[in-house]
Amino acid sequence: MHSPLFDACLGLYTASLAAYIGFLYGEKRPMGKIAPMLLGAAIVVHYLALMERSRWMHSVPYNDLYGSMSLFAWLVAVTYFVLEMWYRQPSVGAVVLPFLLVWEIALAIAAPATPPPISPGKGAVLAFHITLGILGYAAFALSFILSLIFILQSRMLRARRPGRAFWRFPPLDVLARMSRGSIWVGLAACSASLVFGFIWDRRVRGSFSLTDPKVIFTFAILVLYGMVLWLSGRAGWRGPRVARFCALCFLLVLFSYTLVNLYLTGFHRYF
Amino acid sequence: MGGRGENSGFRLALVGCNHRSASVENRERMTFTPEQALTAAGELCVRGIIAEAMVISTCNRSEVYGVANGDSEDAAAALESFFIGFHGMEAEQTNGRLYRHSGTEAVRHLFRVAAGLDSMLLGEAEILGQLRDTYGKALERGTTGPVLNRLFQAALEVGKRVRTETELGARPMSVAFAGVKLAESVFGELAGHSALVVGSGAVAAQVIEHLRRREIGELRIVSRTYEHAESLARKFDAQAAGWDYLESLLCWADVVVTSVAGGVTVLDRAMLEKSMAARKGRAVFIMDLGVPRNVEPQAAEVYNAYIYNVDDLGEIVERNRQSREAEIPSAEALVEEHVGKFDAWRNSVEAVRLIEDLRRQLHDERRVFLREQQRILDHLAPEQREAVERLTENLVERILKGPAKRLRHAPGLRERIEELEILRDLFSGREDQN
Repeated sequence: MHSPLFDACLGLYTASLAAYIGFLYGEKRPMGKIAPMLLGAAIVVHYLALMERSRWMHSVPYNDLYGSMSLFAWLVAVTYFVLEMWYRQPSVGAVVLPFLLVWEIALAIAAPATPPPISPGKGAVLAFHITLGILGYAAFALSFILSLIFILQSRMLRARRPGRAFWRFPPLDVLARMSRGSIWVGLAACSASLVFGFIWDRRVRGSFSLTDPKVIFTFAILVLYGMVLWLSGRAGWRGPRVARFCALCFLLVLFSYTLVNLYLTGFHRYF
Repeated sequence: MGGRGENSGFRLALVGCNHRSASVENRERMTFTPEQALTAAGELCVRGIIAEAMVISTCNRSEVYGVANGDSEDAAAALESFFIGFHGMEAEQTNGRLYRHSGTEAVRHLFRVAAGLDSMLLGEAEILGQLRDTYGKALERGTTGPVLNRLFQAALEVGKRVRTETELGARPMSVAFAGVKLAESVFGELAGHSALVVGSGAVAAQVIEHLRRREIGELRIVSRTYEHAESLARKFDAQAAGWDYLESLLCWADVVVTSVAGGVTVLDRAMLEKSMAARKGRAVFIMDLGVPRNVEPQAAEVYNAYIYNVDDLGEIVERNRQSREAEIPSAEALVEEHVGKFDAWRNSVEAVRLIEDLRRQLHDERRVFLREQQRILDHLAPEQREAVERLTENLVERILKGPAKRLRHAPGLRERIEELEILRDLFSGREDQN
């Protein structure tokens, strides 16, 4: 389905990225105010595009993998937007937006032309289960990006060669706090999603499965990110090491979101 | 009447010296204390040399700004002779050391000063604070008027915009400040963090000053001579400690500054590892400003410790200087934008003043004419005389209405003012008087 709203959303994300890069490298401070405005507009248009697609499918946005991934991108943008407003650190946008943009362009290329079959699963519990799960992944994605920035900044600082953009990025302490904040959001959202999933499973099938690969991977993700939080207060770990560990943890999230959803799980798969 | 052209608006002039025009010895002789600056400005106004005055005096510049009733070149000359006289100097002694600007050039000069473009340290921020303070005091003392108020408010705005919209003043330009900024890039705001300064010399004092400005939390000073540490601690509201406490304080401090002469190794790898273990691996930022170095090079390998020496910081300062220079065109563009705005305001005020002059002259002519026609008017009834009075008044206003409207709304205001000045001169009978 070709949507002018989706094109507009891509345009706004691109403009926002240009403004963030302008702020970071062009060293024009007003860009730091324009960029989040454009991102805010992109978020609104993206939401409208999701709603439009929902109407077209006569179903919820996450009815298929495409919709779920678009919702994921939207939640990453929203979570980042909230973090930026909270910490007032527009420089991070120059790193977050390229990920979003590549994701969205890939989605635009892979957009199905015909509506997918409507999933039999319905109800508020299922909606919470899926939306919170995606929100959790979005928060972990953000903590991954923040960890990458932390690693780069820390390397530049240790190499005693702070580059041009170095001074524009948040301090290491702030990056670490932002990353931990994202992880907390991710843990809370994923845990709540698990609980809603169990409730829904019990309602529909009368029991819940702990052996489904998706459930196992989700538990592993929760444990690993819990470890990230625990290690971030330990000597010998806090700082770049924990940031590297956090970045690695995201690989498991990606694995769970893509390969597990596509091939390994029983009732979490889209195809 | 004032001359036409650029100086025909406000008779704004400035005379001064700075680090480019005069050596430090000469600048010292031509400086004004804050009280002298106010007294000088007051004297200029009281003596009637100029209508508005303000004196700026910092370590690198002394400047007198004035708005005169006469020609701006005369005003500049009057300011210069006052400037020289105030410091008890002879004109020959200041030859080539003072600069004079008038009209738009004076406006541009002040805006460049406020932007930090005319500073010895390109883009330094202190000048803006100094301008704000000086202007505030002059305003309180009443030596400024509508023109200087507008001028200095605009200058403060230019300075603010240059600092927020360009990177001219964004990056540190001294080794001490670069070190403190790097510490901020690790910890963010320094308010909740602790610092340990090892050494009590001038370099240590410089870093402490920056740390205090960035509102560092707790600050302790250790020196081989306790009295020196104590004296420095008193000056900066810090705590002094003896050399024996060095190791325990290393565990406590987030920022460590070493500046000890004589090649003393203050910190080696083993000490740092021990202190890192005691502080549970929390990051530490170390500024080694000693020459020879005070921190063993191997200490840089300790995990989560960021160590910079004088050369590292010097390189950063050099790169920052180049970045600041690259920002000059953007800052100059902002200055020009505000010079244009100020000129537009100056022209509009001048236009209003010219129209008022013309109105006054025409009404004077009208009254003279009516007096000359008194015998005819005597034949009229009082209501008729009033009607004639009103009609002539309205006629004058009608004549002025067109030029006033065109002046307000038409482009090329400057040229139109000049046209109007010619008209005003014609009405004033200036040629006859001369």
